[in-house]
Amino acid sequence: MPITETHEIHHRRLGRNLGVALCLAGFVGLSFFLTISKLRNGGTIEGFDYVPQPEFTVGEGTE
Amino acid sequence: MSDFAANTQTQEAQFGDYVALLKPRVMSLVVFTALVGLLVAPVGVPPVVGIAAILFIALGGGASGALNMWYDADIDRVMKRTRSRPIPAGKVTPGEALSLGLWLSGFSVVMLGLAANLFAAAFLAFTIFFYVVIYTMWLKRWTPQNIVIGGAAGAFPPMIGWAVATGGVSIESILMFGLIFVWTPPHFWALALFMNSDYDKAAVPMLTVTHGRPHTRRMILVYTLALVPLALGLGLTSIGGPVYLAVSAVLNLAFLRGAWTIWKRDEDAAAADHYAVEKKVFRLSLLYLFLHFGALLAEAGLRQLNMGGW
Repeated sequence: MPITETHEIHHRRLGRNLGVALCLAGFVGLSFFLTISKLRNGGTIEGFDYVPQPEFTVGEGTE
Repeated sequence: MSDFAANTQTQEAQFGDYVALLKPRVMSLVVFTALVGLLVAPVGVPPVVGIAAILFIALGGGASGALNMWYDADIDRVMKRTRSRPIPAGKVTPGEALSLGLWLSGFSVVMLGLAANLFAAAFLAFTIFFYVVIYTMWLKRWTPQNIVIGGAAGAFPPMIGWAVATGGVSIESILMFGLIFVWTPPHFWALALFMNSDYDKAAVPMLTVTHGRPHTRRMILVYTLALVPLALGLGLTSIGGPVYLAVSAVLNLAFLRGAWTIWKRDEDAAAADHYAVEKKVFRLSLLYLFLHFGALLAEAGLRQLNMGGW
């Protein structure tokens, strides 16, 4: 059911709603560029402090 | 419709009130020191990762600010300086502040872990825990050393910034921590000397109240003396250099002189000129920290041009 009736609270909360919308949009943008940056720099999402996972590397050169 | 009616309270919280819960002024210091910690590290970080990491560290700091305001709402109501904060002003309910603080804490730690590394994330989580539980809940109302302990929470950000880049801890990051940690007590006690009536009312044990003002003056000098070797020592590490050392030498001399004058003065002399020296030293202490980290940044910039460092 569409909201047909506007209430005074809609005006009062406009600033809050816009603020939250901007934060969410900013977060979406940041996640996107973070992903692009991670993929460009080495192609894995793993930080250097992660233990290398042998299952992804063994097999190379043994074939 | 009845829900709408129930919500029509006179004090509507605006977006800015929720931002105020995150203590934006403290946040700016966190952003600056964490950024320096990140930029002076020997390992480079992709710009987007760096920006994201600083943002999440700031958000974590903001979350601990909100939790601090939730827990301290009772004393914030009493003190003039904090009476207009969102909770005592009746704009934000304590429950809202608590949930905002908890959600943002979890969010910032998880996101820092994804953006940077798990060590930095764990470090941020520890910092939030330290500030909220160890400082706010436990020590602030219990011991006059509260400022010393609380200073540690404020001193962690450059170490987290360093950890974002390197994934660990080193002598450089420990000395950056030490610089803020030992700087905090003289900075705050200088402030407390010229405006402590608030803490009296709120029954927060400030050193000026529990041990008296002459003792506080002595302690300002003691901590400043301890600060000098830390500040100068940082200049001898891999992130220091001649520029830093020169800036640091001047600032330490000025700060020492100020602390010495504060120690030599008695209350009558201070009251006579409306705490002019104490206020001057307080302002100087802000400059002291800002310029030390600025000089570290300058050294990092010069190193890029093969000119800075040792």
